[in-house]
Amino acid sequence: MTTASTTEFFDYKVVRQFAVMSVIWGIVGLLVGLVIAAQLIWPALNFDLPFLTYGRLRPLHTNAIIFAFGGCALFGTSYYIVQRTCQTRLFLPKLASFTFWGWQLVILCAALSLIFGFTTGNEYAELEWPIDILITVVWVAYALVFFGTIAIRRTPHIYVANWFFGAFIIAVAILHLLRSVEIPYSLMRSYPVYAGVQDAMIQWWYGHNAVGFFLTAAFLGMVYYFIPKAAGRPIYSYRLSVVHFWALIFTYMWAGPHHLLYTALPDWAQSLGMLFSLILLVPSWGGMINGMMTLSGAWYKLRTDPVLKFLVVALTFYGMSTFEGPMLSVKTINALSHYTDWTVGHAHSGALGWNGFLIFGALYYLIPRLFGQTKMWSVSLMNTHFWIGTIGIVLYVASLWVAGVMQGLMWRAVGEDGTLVYTFIESVKYSYPFWVIRLVGGLLYFVGMLLMLYNVLKTIGAGKAVDAEVFATASAKA
Amino acid sequence: MEILWIMIPVSLFIVLVMGGIFWWSVKSGQFDDLDGPAYRILVDDDTPREKTTLPGGLEDEDNPPNKSDLGRQ
Repeated sequence: MTTASTTEFFDYKVVRQFAVMSVIWGIVGLLVGLVIAAQLIWPALNFDLPFLTYGRLRPLHTNAIIFAFGGCALFGTSYYIVQRTCQTRLFLPKLASFTFWGWQLVILCAALSLIFGFTTGNEYAELEWPIDILITVVWVAYALVFFGTIAIRRTPHIYVANWFFGAFIIAVAILHLLRSVEIPYSLMRSYPVYAGVQDAMIQWWYGHNAVGFFLTAAFLGMVYYFIPKAAGRPIYSYRLSVVHFWALIFTYMWAGPHHLLYTALPDWAQSLGMLFSLILLVPSWGGMINGMMTLSGAWYKLRTDPVLKFLVVALTFYGMSTFEGPMLSVKTINALSHYTDWTVGHAHSGALGWNGFLIFGALYYLIPRLFGQTKMWSVSLMNTHFWIGTIGIVLYVASLWVAGVMQGLMWRAVGEDGTLVYTFIESVKYSYPFWVIRLVGGLLYFVGMLLMLYNVLKTIGAGKAVDAEVFATASAKA
Repeated sequence: MEILWIMIPVSLFIVLVMGGIFWWSVKSGQFDDLDGPAYRILVDDDTPREKTTLPGGLEDEDNPPNKSDLGRQ
């Protein structure tokens, strides 16, 4: 680094782009969620317009949150982490830039096509075949950049976070290809290749592993980087993190059938799905405890550092969701919970608590560093975001737990003469108050994210886009 | 459940590939040191250095921020 010509800089531009877009798509996704939550209470809110109906907005909401908000955060953080931990620039930076613009194009195409009613009807894989092909192209480019960067690393060891990201990239590629095989018959329409229970099996093999690899494995990559960095302490047990990785990826693949308990799926497949779901508790909690213990001796930092607060609460929700998930996959419990709002509550404790808060923590850590600052523009605004968001999640999740158990009990209530005590519509009527509380919870969470956007814009305004220098030292090579 | 004729081979194939990667990683010494890597990411300082300011808001000319600390703008 004595002369300017040999100086090498990290490719932060693509990280900046993804980080900012993650915030923007997060707000869009939450807004659509708020609209459909309100439609459950006031159905007239679709204004009799086809593109504002619940059926079209719901997949828009899930796609925007998972693939736009979560996806951009994962692209951005993985590009940052792989560069910092491998002490090298990105492999093929132009291709990395292509993944950014390609992914934004995927998101735009997805939003438009879903609004106009083009869907395959497969949950979390609703997009039609031209968009599926575009996703494949972008994903292959992503894999090239990521694994290429690992290949040109200057450190002999591949840090554990990169293992999680690598597994996520490979698994999502396989899942996407097998789920999205379809026979096109016009530009925006296609026939499915699977039918009936076969399709259901593929669907939930895909659906559950999408949760497992997109929303869990990759986010664990973020945990294993940002928690030690924010706490300023090494991960409690690096050995355990490696065991966590291998145990998780070897057991995740067969948990999908727990979405199909008491269906036409063969009973043994259902039991197998339940068994694997129960086993998953072990690596999940191993990882959660590993993250928590990293803070031992640094707990005082929680008082002053909102980044750490977000990360720790995210980890807490990871622990709760990965306990609740196996529990809900037990057949007798599933008999009560299936098709009720309990499932929705479970999904949102994961999405809002685990994924959302982890992204907030990671972005609050990253954005100042990407713009030449040491901290966000307003720390108190971060704290406000934290508390508003936390209260929002609690209201959201708790109200749907109560609503879900109530619905399950009402549906199964049988009188002495063997007839059902309640009609279905009665359970809907009794759910209204809980749906209002859910809407309030969601609204608080949304307001928190607006505060984040303001804070991010102010931070960017006060700073300058800066690419840090790669300090490739001789010791890193040793 | 004809679909299992696809899914089980695919799953077994994935497990084999993962097993292969695991084998390679152990053999190539990825896990020989399971303490050092945890500390190494902390040694990598990714926080931009703040400008040193003297009382009165003047920049500290004796100790200016290293240009390389600020990175490429």
